[in-house]
Amino acid sequence: MGYVFQFGAVWREMDALLLGAWLTVRLSALAMVFGLAVGVAGALALASRWRGVRALGRAYVEAIRNTPFLVQVLFVYLGLPSIGLRLRPDQAALLAMVINLGAYATEIVRAGVKAVPHGQLEAGTALGLSPWQLFRFVVWLPALRAVFPALGSQFILVMLASSVVSVISAEELTAVADTIVARNFRSFEVYLIVTGMYLAMCLVFQAAFAGLHRVLFARWGDAEAR
Amino acid sequence: MIREFTANELWFLVLAARWTVALSAIAFVGGGVGGFVVAILRVSRARPLAPLAAAFIKIGQGTPLLMQLYLVYFGASLLQVTSDAWTAAVLGLTLYASAFLGEIWRGSIQAVPREQWEAARALALGYPAQLRWVVLPQAARIALPPTVGFLVQLLKGTSLASIIGFTELTRAAQIVNNATFRPLLVYAAVAAIYFLLCWPLSLLSDYLERRLEHAGARTIAFQI
Repeated sequence: MGYVFQFGAVWREMDALLLGAWLTVRLSALAMVFGLAVGVAGALALASRWRGVRALGRAYVEAIRNTPFLVQVLFVYLGLPSIGLRLRPDQAALLAMVINLGAYATEIVRAGVKAVPHGQLEAGTALGLSPWQLFRFVVWLPALRAVFPALGSQFILVMLASSVVSVISAEELTAVADTIVARNFRSFEVYLIVTGMYLAMCLVFQAAFAGLHRVLFARWGDAEAR
Repeated sequence: MIREFTANELWFLVLAARWTVALSAIAFVGGGVGGFVVAILRVSRARPLAPLAAAFIKIGQGTPLLMQLYLVYFGASLLQVTSDAWTAAVLGLTLYASAFLGEIWRGSIQAVPREQWEAARALALGYPAQLRWVVLPQAARIALPPTVGFLVQLLKGTSLASIIGFTELTRAAQIVNNATFRPLLVYAAVAAIYFLLCWPLSLLSDYLERRLEHAGARTIAFQI
Protein backbone atom coordinates (compact mmCIF):
# COMPACT_ATOMS: atom_id res chain seq x y z
CA MET A 1 0.00 0.00 0.00
CA GLY A 2 1.60 3.22 -1.14
CA TYR A 3 -0.72 5.58 0.65
CA VAL A 4 0.73 8.15 3.05
CA PHE A 5 -1.70 9.51 5.63
CA GLN A 6 -1.64 13.26 5.91
CA PHE A 7 -3.36 14.44 9.03
CA GLY A 8 -1.53 17.77 8.85
CA ALA A 9 -3.89 18.75 6.05
CA VAL A 10 -6.76 18.24 8.49
CA TRP A 11 -5.24 20.02 11.49
CA ARG A 12 -4.88 23.15 9.35
CA GLU A 13 -8.68 23.14 8.98
CA MET A 14 -9.35 22.66 12.70
CA ASP A 15 -10.89 26.11 13.16
CA ALA A 16 -13.48 25.38 10.47
CA LEU A 17 -14.20 21.96 11.99
CA LEU A 18 -14.65 23.38 15.49
CA LEU A 19 -17.06 25.95 14.08
CA GLY A 20 -18.89 23.09 12.38
CA ALA A 21 -19.10 21.22 15.68
CA TRP A 22 -20.58 24.31 17.32
CA LEU A 23 -23.15 24.61 14.51
CA THR A 24 -24.09 20.95 15.02
CA VAL A 25 -24.62 21.49 18.75
CA ARG A 26 -26.64 24.66 18.13
CA LEU A 27 -28.79 23.02 15.47
CA SER A 28 -29.42 20.00 17.71
CA ALA A 29 -30.28 22.21 20.70
CA LEU A 30 -32.73 24.26 18.62
CA ALA A 31 -34.31 21.08 17.25
CA MET A 32 -34.56 19.75 20.80
CA VAL A 33 -36.39 22.84 22.10
CA PHE A 34 -38.92 22.99 19.25
CA GLY A 35 -39.14 19.20 19.03
CA LEU A 36 -40.09 19.01 22.71
CA ALA A 37 -42.83 21.59 22.13
CA VAL A 38 -44.15 19.42 19.29
CA GLY A 39 -43.83 16.43 21.63
CA VAL A 40 -46.00 18.10 24.27
CA ALA A 41 -48.60 18.92 21.60
CA GLY A 42 -48.37 15.34 20.33
CA ALA A 43 -48.83 13.88 23.81
CA LEU A 44 -51.86 16.16 24.35
CA ALA A 45 -53.28 14.99 21.01
CA LEU A 46 -52.83 11.33 21.98
CA ALA A 47 -54.66 11.98 25.27
CA SER A 48 -57.42 13.97 23.58
CA ARG A 49 -61.12 13.42 24.16
CA TRP A 50 -61.75 13.42 20.41
CA ARG A 51 -61.10 10.28 18.47
CA GLY A 52 -60.07 12.12 15.29
CA VAL A 53 -57.38 14.08 17.14
CA ARG A 54 -56.06 10.91 18.76
CA ALA A 55 -55.93 9.14 15.38
CA LEU A 56 -54.13 12.13 13.85
CA GLY A 57 -51.53 12.11 16.63
CA ARG A 58 -50.98 8.38 16.27
CA ALA A 59 -50.67 8.67 12.46
CA TYR A 60 -48.03 11.40 12.86
CA VAL A 61 -45.97 9.37 15.32
CA GLU A 62 -46.16 6.16 13.28
CA ALA A 63 -45.47 7.87 9.95
CA ILE A 64 -42.32 9.53 11.28
CA ARG A 65 -41.01 6.57 13.24
CA ASN A 66 -41.35 4.19 10.30
CA THR A 67 -39.66 6.26 7.59
CA PRO A 68 -35.95 7.18 7.31
CA PHE A 69 -34.82 10.60 8.50
CA LEU A 70 -32.97 11.10 5.20
CA VAL A 71 -36.22 10.71 3.24
CA GLN A 72 -37.91 13.20 5.59
CA VAL A 73 -35.10 15.70 5.00
CA LEU A 74 -35.33 15.30 1.22
CA PHE A 75 -39.13 15.51 1.36
CA VAL A 76 -38.99 18.81 3.25
CA TYR A 77 -36.18 20.34 1.19
CA LEU A 78 -37.07 19.10 -2.31
CA GLY A 79 -40.75 18.23 -1.98
CA LEU A 80 -42.28 21.15 -0.08
CA PRO A 81 -41.25 23.86 -2.61
CA SER A 82 -43.74 22.36 -5.07
CA ILE A 83 -46.55 23.31 -2.68
CA GLY A 84 -45.04 26.77 -2.27
CA LEU A 85 -42.91 26.30 0.87
CA ARG A 86 -39.41 27.17 -0.26
CA LEU A 87 -36.84 26.88 2.53
CA ARG A 88 -33.12 27.55 2.77
CA PRO A 89 -31.06 24.41 3.52
CA ASP A 90 -30.58 25.34 7.18
CA GLN A 91 -34.30 26.06 7.63
CA ALA A 92 -35.28 22.83 5.89
CA ALA A 93 -32.80 20.91 8.06
CA LEU A 94 -34.19 22.39 11.27
CA LEU A 95 -37.80 21.80 10.19
CA ALA A 96 -37.09 18.17 9.28
CA MET A 97 -35.28 17.63 12.59
CA VAL A 98 -38.15 19.17 14.57
CA ILE A 99 -40.76 17.07 12.75
CA ASN A 100 -38.66 13.93 13.27
CA LEU A 101 -37.84 14.61 16.91
CA GLY A 102 -41.44 15.64 17.68
CA ALA A 103 -42.63 12.08 17.08
CA TYR A 104 -40.07 10.56 19.46
CA ALA A 105 -40.59 13.36 21.99
CA THR A 106 -44.35 12.62 21.94
CA GLU A 107 -43.64 9.15 23.30
CA ILE A 108 -41.16 10.47 25.86
CA VAL A 109 -43.55 13.15 27.17
CA ARG A 110 -46.32 10.58 27.36
CA ALA A 111 -44.11 8.21 29.36
CA GLY A 112 -43.25 11.10 31.70
CA VAL A 113 -46.86 11.98 32.44
CA LYS A 114 -47.65 8.29 32.91
CA ALA A 115 -44.86 8.05 35.49
CA VAL A 116 -46.77 10.34 37.88
CA PRO A 117 -48.76 8.11 40.24
CA HIS A 118 -52.48 8.31 39.59
CA GLY A 119 -53.23 8.82 43.27
CA GLN A 120 -51.29 12.10 43.24
CA LEU A 121 -53.43 13.41 40.38
CA GLU A 122 -56.56 12.46 42.28
CA ALA A 123 -55.23 14.08 45.44
CA GLY A 124 -54.49 17.25 43.48
CA THR A 125 -57.98 17.27 41.98
CA ALA A 126 -59.46 16.68 45.44
CA LEU A 127 -57.59 19.78 46.66
CA GLY A 128 -59.41 21.73 43.95
CA LEU A 129 -56.38 22.44 41.76
CA SER A 130 -57.07 23.66 38.25
CA PRO A 131 -55.57 21.60 35.38
CA TRP A 132 -52.77 24.16 35.04
CA GLN A 133 -52.05 24.10 38.80
CA LEU A 134 -52.16 20.32 38.70
CA PHE A 135 -49.51 20.36 35.99
CA ARG A 136 -47.44 23.07 37.70
CA PHE A 137 -47.42 21.64 41.24
CA VAL A 138 -47.99 17.91 40.83
CA VAL A 139 -47.07 16.62 37.40
CA TRP A 140 -44.16 18.35 35.78
CA LEU A 141 -41.27 17.75 38.19
CA PRO A 142 -41.72 14.01 38.73
CA ALA A 143 -42.47 13.65 35.01
CA LEU A 144 -39.28 15.50 34.09
CA ARG A 145 -37.29 13.43 36.54
CA ALA A 146 -38.67 10.21 35.08
CA VAL A 147 -37.81 11.10 31.48
CA PHE A 148 -34.63 13.12 32.01
CA PRO A 149 -32.31 10.24 31.00
CA ALA A 150 -34.45 9.52 27.92
CA LEU A 151 -34.32 13.20 26.93
CA GLY A 152 -30.56 13.19 27.32
CA SER A 153 -30.09 10.18 25.05
CA GLN A 154 -32.57 11.63 22.58
CA PHE A 155 -30.45 14.79 22.35
CA ILE A 156 -27.39 12.70 21.55
CA LEU A 157 -29.32 10.69 18.93
CA VAL A 158 -30.46 13.95 17.33
CA MET A 159 -26.89 15.24 17.29
CA LEU A 160 -25.62 12.09 15.56
CA ALA A 161 -28.54 11.97 13.13
CA SER A 162 -27.99 15.64 12.23
CA SER A 163 -24.94 14.63 10.16
CA VAL A 164 -27.48 13.49 7.54
CA VAL A 165 -28.59 17.08 6.81
CA SER A 166 -25.21 17.59 5.12
CA VAL A 167 -26.84 16.05 2.00
CA ILE A 168 -28.79 19.28 1.51
CA SER A 169 -25.66 21.29 2.47
CA ALA A 170 -27.10 22.66 5.69
CA GLU A 171 -24.25 24.15 7.72
CA GLU A 172 -23.01 21.71 10.33
CA LEU A 173 -20.01 19.52 11.12
CA THR A 174 -20.41 16.92 8.36
CA ALA A 175 -21.09 19.59 5.72
CA VAL A 176 -17.92 21.43 6.80
CA ALA A 177 -16.05 18.13 6.50
CA ASP A 178 -17.47 17.59 2.99
CA THR A 179 -16.26 21.06 1.96
CA ILE A 180 -12.76 20.36 3.28
CA VAL A 181 -12.66 16.99 1.50
CA ALA A 182 -13.67 18.67 -1.75
CA ARG A 183 -10.68 21.00 -1.31
CA ASN A 184 -7.88 18.67 -0.19
CA PHE A 185 -9.14 15.17 -1.18
CA ARG A 186 -8.02 13.75 2.20
CA SER A 187 -11.40 12.07 2.68
CA PHE A 188 -10.35 9.30 5.06
CA GLU A 189 -8.29 11.56 7.32
CA VAL A 190 -10.97 14.26 7.48
CA TYR A 191 -13.83 11.85 8.22
CA LEU A 192 -11.73 9.98 10.78
CA ILE A 193 -11.07 13.19 12.71
CA VAL A 194 -14.71 14.26 12.38
CA THR A 195 -15.90 10.86 13.62
CA GLY A 196 -13.64 11.36 16.64
CA MET A 197 -15.18 14.79 17.19
CA TYR A 198 -18.72 13.35 17.14
CA LEU A 199 -17.64 10.66 19.59
CA ALA A 200 -16.10 13.29 21.88
CA MET A 201 -19.26 15.40 21.72
CA CYS A 202 -21.35 12.34 22.51
CA LEU A 203 -19.21 11.44 25.55
CA VAL A 204 -19.11 15.03 26.83
CA PHE A 205 -22.89 15.43 26.61
CA GLN A 206 -23.48 12.01 28.18
CA ALA A 207 -21.31 12.99 31.15
CA ALA A 208 -22.94 16.43 31.33
CA PHE A 209 -26.47 15.00 31.39
CA ALA A 210 -25.52 12.42 34.02
CA GLY A 211 -24.01 15.18 36.17
CA LEU A 212 -27.00 17.45 35.66
CA HIS A 213 -29.33 14.62 36.61
CA ARG A 214 -27.47 14.13 39.88
CA VAL A 215 -27.39 17.85 40.68
CA LEU A 216 -31.03 18.53 39.77
CA PHE A 217 -32.63 15.54 41.40
CA ALA A 218 -30.20 14.68 44.24
CA ARG A 219 -32.45 16.16 46.95
CA TRP A 220 -35.33 14.10 45.63
CA GLY A 221 -33.67 10.81 46.40
CA ASP A 222 -33.29 11.97 50.03
CA ALA A 223 -36.88 13.10 50.25
CA GLU A 224 -38.06 9.71 49.10
CA ALA A 225 -35.82 7.88 51.55
CA ARG A 226 -37.37 9.82 54.42
CA MET B 1 -37.20 15.76 -21.58
CA ILE B 2 -39.29 15.47 -18.45
CA ARG B 3 -40.90 12.10 -17.96
CA GLU B 4 -44.29 11.57 -16.34
CA PHE B 5 -44.49 9.82 -12.99
CA THR B 6 -46.41 6.72 -14.02
CA ALA B 7 -46.86 3.15 -12.81
CA ASN B 8 -43.52 2.38 -14.50
CA GLU B 9 -41.67 4.84 -12.27
CA LEU B 10 -43.48 3.48 -9.21
CA TRP B 11 -42.52 -0.05 -10.27
CA PHE B 12 -38.88 1.09 -10.59
CA LEU B 13 -39.03 2.28 -6.96
CA VAL B 14 -40.60 -0.96 -5.78
CA LEU B 15 -37.87 -2.93 -7.52
CA ALA B 16 -35.21 -0.74 -5.93
CA ALA B 17 -36.76 -1.53 -2.54
CA ARG B 18 -35.49 -5.09 -3.06
CA TRP B 19 -31.97 -3.72 -2.55
CA THR B 20 -33.07 -1.98 0.63
CA VAL B 21 -34.48 -5.28 1.88
CA ALA B 22 -31.40 -7.25 0.76
CA LEU B 23 -29.03 -4.78 2.40
CA SER B 24 -31.04 -4.85 5.66
CA ALA B 25 -31.21 -8.65 5.66
CA ILE B 26 -27.50 -9.17 5.07
CA ALA B 27 -26.49 -6.51 7.61
CA PHE B 28 -28.95 -8.01 10.11
CA VAL B 29 -27.54 -11.51 9.74
CA GLY B 30 -23.94 -10.27 9.75
CA GLY B 31 -24.69 -7.93 12.65
CA GLY B 32 -26.38 -10.83 14.44
CA VAL B 33 -23.21 -12.89 14.31
CA GLY B 34 -21.01 -9.89 15.18
CA GLY B 35 -23.39 -8.70 17.89
CA PHE B 36 -23.47 -12.15 19.46
CA VAL B 37 -19.69 -12.23 19.72
CA VAL B 38 -19.61 -8.65 21.07
CA ALA B 39 -22.30 -9.40 23.67
CA ILE B 40 -20.59 -12.59 24.88
CA LEU B 41 -17.22 -10.83 25.14
CA ARG B 42 -18.82 -7.84 26.86
CA VAL B 43 -20.37 -9.92 29.67
CA SER B 44 -17.28 -12.07 30.08
CA ARG B 45 -14.53 -10.90 32.39
CA ALA B 46 -11.78 -11.67 29.87
CA ARG B 47 -9.38 -8.79 30.52
CA PRO B 48 -8.40 -7.32 27.15
CA LEU B 49 -11.51 -8.50 25.28
CA ALA B 50 -14.36 -7.24 27.50
CA PRO B 51 -13.18 -3.59 27.52
CA LEU B 52 -12.52 -3.86 23.77
CA ALA B 53 -16.09 -5.00 23.19
CA ALA B 54 -17.31 -2.13 25.38
CA ALA B 55 -15.26 0.35 23.34
CA PHE B 56 -16.59 -1.12 20.09
CA ILE B 57 -20.16 -0.61 21.31
CA LYS B 58 -19.37 2.94 22.46
CA ILE B 59 -17.90 3.91 19.10
CA GLY B 60 -20.67 2.21 17.13
CA GLN B 61 -23.39 3.97 19.13
CA GLY B 62 -21.56 7.25 19.72
CA THR B 63 -20.77 8.21 16.11
CA PRO B 64 -23.10 8.93 13.18
CA LEU B 65 -23.89 6.01 10.88
CA LEU B 66 -23.05 8.28 7.94
CA MET B 67 -19.48 8.73 9.27
CA GLN B 68 -19.13 4.97 9.74
CA LEU B 69 -20.18 4.40 6.14
CA TYR B 70 -17.78 7.10 4.89
CA LEU B 71 -14.88 5.60 6.85
CA VAL B 72 -15.54 2.09 5.55
CA TYR B 73 -16.08 3.34 2.00
CA PHE B 74 -12.97 5.54 1.82
CA GLY B 75 -10.92 3.26 4.07
CA ALA B 76 -11.62 0.21 1.89
CA SER B 77 -10.59 2.05 -1.24
CA LEU B 78 -7.40 3.32 0.45
CA LEU B 79 -6.49 -0.22 1.46
CA GLN B 80 -7.38 -1.20 -2.09
CA VAL B 81 -9.77 -3.82 -0.77
CA THR B 82 -12.69 -2.54 -2.79
CA SER B 83 -14.13 0.71 -4.03
CA ASP B 84 -17.56 -0.80 -4.49
CA ALA B 85 -20.44 1.00 -2.76
CA TRP B 86 -22.42 -2.24 -2.21
CA THR B 87 -19.54 -3.94 -0.35
CA ALA B 88 -18.84 -0.82 1.69
CA ALA B 89 -22.52 -0.44 2.60
CA VAL B 90 -22.80 -4.11 3.62
CA LEU B 91 -19.63 -3.91 5.69
CA GLY B 92 -20.50 -0.57 7.31
CA LEU B 93 -24.06 -1.53 8.20
CA THR B 94 -22.88 -4.91 9.51
CA LEU B 95 -20.46 -3.19 11.91
CA TYR B 96 -23.18 -0.73 12.93
CA ALA B 97 -25.63 -3.58 13.57
CA SER B 98 -22.97 -5.53 15.50
CA ALA B 99 -22.51 -2.64 17.92
CA PHE B 100 -26.25 -2.09 18.51
CA LEU B 101 -27.21 -5.76 18.71
CA GLY B 102 -24.17 -6.37 20.92
CA GLU B 103 -25.46 -3.75 23.37
CA ILE B 104 -29.08 -4.95 23.21
CA TRP B 105 -28.05 -8.54 23.85
CA ARG B 106 -25.60 -7.58 26.58
CA GLY B 107 -28.49 -5.89 28.37
CA SER B 108 -30.69 -8.95 27.86
CA ILE B 109 -28.06 -11.33 29.21
CA GLN B 110 -27.49 -9.15 32.24
CA ALA B 111 -31.25 -8.89 32.83
CA VAL B 112 -31.32 -12.61 33.61
CA PRO B 113 -31.30 -12.85 37.42
CA ARG B 114 -27.93 -13.64 39.06
CA GLU B 115 -29.49 -16.63 40.80
CA GLN B 116 -29.90 -18.36 37.46
CA TRP B 117 -26.12 -18.31 36.96
CA GLU B 118 -25.58 -19.49 40.52
CA ALA B 119 -28.11 -22.30 40.16
CA ALA B 120 -26.44 -23.41 36.93
CA ARG B 121 -23.05 -23.36 38.64
CA ALA B 122 -24.47 -25.34 41.51
CA LEU B 123 -25.44 -27.99 38.97
CA ALA B 124 -21.72 -28.15 38.06
CA LEU B 125 -22.23 -26.69 34.61
CA GLY B 126 -19.18 -25.00 33.08
CA TYR B 127 -19.32 -21.37 31.88
CA PRO B 128 -20.26 -22.26 28.26
CA ALA B 129 -22.92 -24.68 29.45
CA GLN B 130 -24.32 -22.10 31.91
CA LEU B 131 -24.69 -19.70 28.98
CA ARG B 132 -26.00 -22.26 26.51
CA TRP B 133 -28.56 -24.09 28.64
CA VAL B 134 -29.61 -21.61 31.32
CA VAL B 135 -28.90 -17.96 30.57
CA LEU B 136 -29.23 -17.55 26.79
CA PRO B 137 -32.67 -19.16 26.44
CA GLN B 138 -34.02 -16.72 29.02
CA ALA B 139 -32.08 -13.78 27.57
CA ALA B 140 -33.47 -14.55 24.10
CA ARG B 141 -37.04 -13.93 25.29
CA ILE B 142 -36.06 -10.57 26.74
CA ALA B 143 -34.01 -9.68 23.66
CA LEU B 144 -36.65 -10.40 21.04
CA PRO B 145 -38.76 -7.18 21.15
CA PRO B 146 -35.82 -4.71 21.08
CA THR B 147 -34.09 -6.82 18.40
CA VAL B 148 -37.10 -6.53 16.11
CA GLY B 149 -37.21 -2.83 16.99
CA PHE B 150 -33.60 -2.47 15.92
CA LEU B 151 -34.40 -4.14 12.61
CA VAL B 152 -36.66 -1.15 11.87
CA GLN B 153 -33.80 1.22 12.73
CA LEU B 154 -31.47 -0.78 10.44
CA LEU B 155 -33.96 -0.75 7.57
CA LYS B 156 -34.23 3.03 7.85
CA GLY B 157 -30.43 3.26 8.20
CA THR B 158 -29.87 1.58 4.84
CA SER B 159 -31.17 4.79 3.22
CA LEU B 160 -27.78 6.34 4.03
CA ALA B 161 -26.13 3.88 1.63
CA SER B 162 -27.56 6.13 -1.10
CA ILE B 163 -25.13 8.87 0.01
CA ILE B 164 -22.08 6.72 -0.78
CA GLY B 165 -23.69 5.95 -4.14
CA PHE B 166 -25.37 2.58 -3.69
CA THR B 167 -28.65 2.38 -5.60
CA GLU B 168 -31.32 1.30 -3.15
CA LEU B 169 -34.73 2.87 -2.56
CA THR B 170 -33.61 6.40 -1.60
CA ARG B 171 -31.07 6.62 -4.44
CA ALA B 172 -33.74 5.33 -6.84
CA ALA B 173 -35.96 8.17 -5.62
CA GLN B 174 -33.30 10.69 -6.60
CA ILE B 175 -33.00 9.08 -10.04
CA VAL B 176 -36.77 9.10 -10.61
CA ASN B 177 -37.01 12.65 -9.29
CA ASN B 178 -34.30 13.83 -11.68
CA ALA B 179 -36.27 12.35 -14.59
CA THR B 180 -39.80 13.35 -13.60
CA PHE B 181 -39.20 16.41 -11.43
CA ARG B 182 -42.12 15.54 -9.16
CA PRO B 183 -40.25 15.58 -5.80
CA LEU B 184 -43.35 15.72 -3.59
CA LEU B 185 -44.91 12.71 -5.26
CA VAL B 186 -41.66 10.73 -5.54
CA TYR B 187 -40.59 11.20 -1.94
CA ALA B 188 -44.11 10.58 -0.64
CA ALA B 189 -44.17 7.32 -2.61
CA VAL B 190 -40.76 6.33 -1.27
CA ALA B 191 -41.76 7.21 2.28
CA ALA B 192 -44.86 5.04 1.81
CA ILE B 193 -42.74 2.08 0.67
CA TYR B 194 -40.45 2.44 3.68
CA PHE B 195 -43.52 2.69 5.88
CA LEU B 196 -44.99 -0.52 4.47
CA LEU B 197 -41.69 -2.29 5.19
CA CYS B 198 -41.16 -0.88 8.68
CA TRP B 199 -44.62 -0.60 10.18
CA PRO B 200 -45.39 -4.34 10.44
CA LEU B 201 -42.05 -4.81 12.18
CA SER B 202 -42.79 -1.97 14.60
CA LEU B 203 -46.19 -3.48 15.39
CA LEU B 204 -44.57 -6.90 15.90
CA SER B 205 -41.98 -5.37 18.23
CA ASP B 206 -44.69 -3.61 20.28
CA TYR B 207 -46.76 -6.80 20.42
CA LEU B 208 -43.79 -8.89 21.60
CA GLU B 209 -42.95 -6.26 24.20
CA ARG B 210 -46.49 -6.28 25.61
CA ARG B 211 -46.54 -10.06 25.65
CA LEU B 212 -43.25 -10.12 27.53
CA GLU B 213 -44.62 -7.66 30.10
CA HIS B 214 -47.66 -9.87 30.69
CA ALA B 215 -45.44 -12.93 30.96
CA GLY B 216 -43.26 -11.05 33.46
CA ALA B 217 -46.32 -10.10 35.50
CA ARG B 218 -47.47 -13.73 35.48
CA THR B 219 -44.10 -15.00 36.65
CA ILE B 220 -44.03 -12.53 39.53
CA ALA B 221 -47.60 -13.40 40.51
CA PHE B 222 -46.65 -17.05 40.48
CA GLN B 223 -43.66 -16.44 42.74
CA ILE B 224 -45.82 -14.61 45.28
